Amino acid sequence: MSNDPIHQFHITKLIPIEIGGYDLSFTNSSAFMVATVVAASAFLFLTTSSRGLIPSRLQSISEMSYEFVASMLRDAAGSHGMKFFPFVFSLFTFVLVANLLGLFPYFFTVTSQIIVTFALALLVIGTVIVYGFMKNGIGFLKLFVPSGVPGILVPLVVLIEIISFLSRPISLSVRLFANMLAGHITLKVFAGFVASLSAFGAIGVAGSILPLAMTVAITALEVLVAFLQAYVFAVLTCMYLNDALHPGH
Amino acid sequence: MTTKKGSGKTSKTEPETNDKPAFRDDDLERRRRQLDAEIAARRQGGSEGERGAKSGGTTGYGQAVKLSSEFIAGVAVGAGLGWTVDRWAGTSPWGLIVLLLLGFAAGVLNVMRSAGVVAQPGQKAPDKRPKGSDD
Repeated sequence: MSNDPIHQFHITKLIPIEIGGYDLSFTNSSAFMVATVVAASAFLFLTTSSRGLIPSRLQSISEMSYEFVASMLRDAAGSHGMKFFPFVFSLFTFVLVANLLGLFPYFFTVTSQIIVTFALALLVIGTVIVYGFMKNGIGFLKLFVPSGVPGILVPLVVLIEIISFLSRPISLSVRLFANMLAGHITLKVFAGFVASLSAFGAIGVAGSILPLAMTVAITALEVLVAFLQAYVFAVLTCMYLNDALHPGH
Repeated sequence: MTTKKGSGKTSKTEPETNDKPAFRDDDLERRRRQLDAEIAARRQGGSEGERGAKSGGTTGYGQAVKLSSEFIAGVAVGAGLGWTVDRWAGTSPWGLIVLLLLGFAAGVLNVMRSAGVVAQPGQKAPDKRPKGSDD
C-alpha cells in the first residue's frame, strides 16, 4: 500500500456529517481547501499589514501577485474587466496555493480531484453566461454567430460554436486536474523505485541514485507546473470573461 | 485585496500632501499622472515580451495536454448532447451520430483556436475559410 501511487488521492472522512440523507462529511479534501484559503488569506493579510512605502520582500511578493493578475486581466479583457479582479485573483490564488500545498509530502492535492476543478470551471462559465446576458441581453448570443458566414451554413456553424462553448468548462477543468494527477503519480512512481531498489542490497542502493535524481528533477518541474496551471486557468478565465464583456465585437 | 491596495496607495501620498503647502497639490497630481502614464507605457512593452517568453517556454508536454483536453472536451460534449437529445426526443441513434460528428468538428475548432491557427470568435477573415471546409 505504501507504494500504491493512487493511494494519495483517497478521500477519508475526518468528521462524518449526514444531513437529510446527503453525505456532507468534512473530509481531508475539505480540510486542505480550508488550509488553502487560510494560508492564502493569512499570507496576503500579514504581508500587507505593514504597508511600507518601500515594501519588504514578502510584501513585494503580494504586490507582485496583484500586479501580475491585474495586468493579465487588463490585457485580456480591457479596463472594463477590472470589476472581475477580485474573482480572478481569488481563483488564481486558490489554484496556485492548492497546487503548491499539494507538493508537500503527505499533503492532499485538492486540485487533483476533478470535481473540485470542474466546480471552479462551472463557476467561471456560470459567471460568463449570467453576466453576459445581464450586460448584453439577447445580444450575448451574437457570440455564437461569427460574422461573414454564408447563410446556409449558419445553423451548422452556430451548433458547432455552441458545442465549442459548452466544452470550455470541461477542457478547463480536465487540463488542471490531469496535470496535477499525472504529475503526482509520476512523482510517486519514481520515488517508489528508490524504496524498492534499495531493498536489493548495495547494488540496488547505488542504482537507486538515478530515480532519486529523477524525483528531485520532477519535483522542480512540478513547482513550475503548479504555477503554470494556475496561470493558464486564470488567463483562460480572463479570456472567457472578455467574451461576456464584448461578445462578437 | 483591491481595497487594501487602494488604501495603501493613498497612505503613501498622505504624508507628502500634509507636509507641503496646498498650492503644490496640482504639481504633485500632474507628476503622479505622468508617472502613471509612463509606467503603463513601459508595462505594455514589458508584458508583450514576457508573454512571448512564456508561450515559447511552455514544455511540449504542457502543449500536448492542452490540445488533447480541448479536443476531447469537444467530442465529449457533442456525444453527451447527442445522447441527451436522443433520450428526450426518442430519435436514437441519429442525435448521437450527428452531434458526435459536430462535436468532432467543434473539437478540431477548439484545437485550432488554442493553437492559434484560427482566430478567436469575433475576428473575421481567417474564421471563414476553415469553417466552410468543415462542411
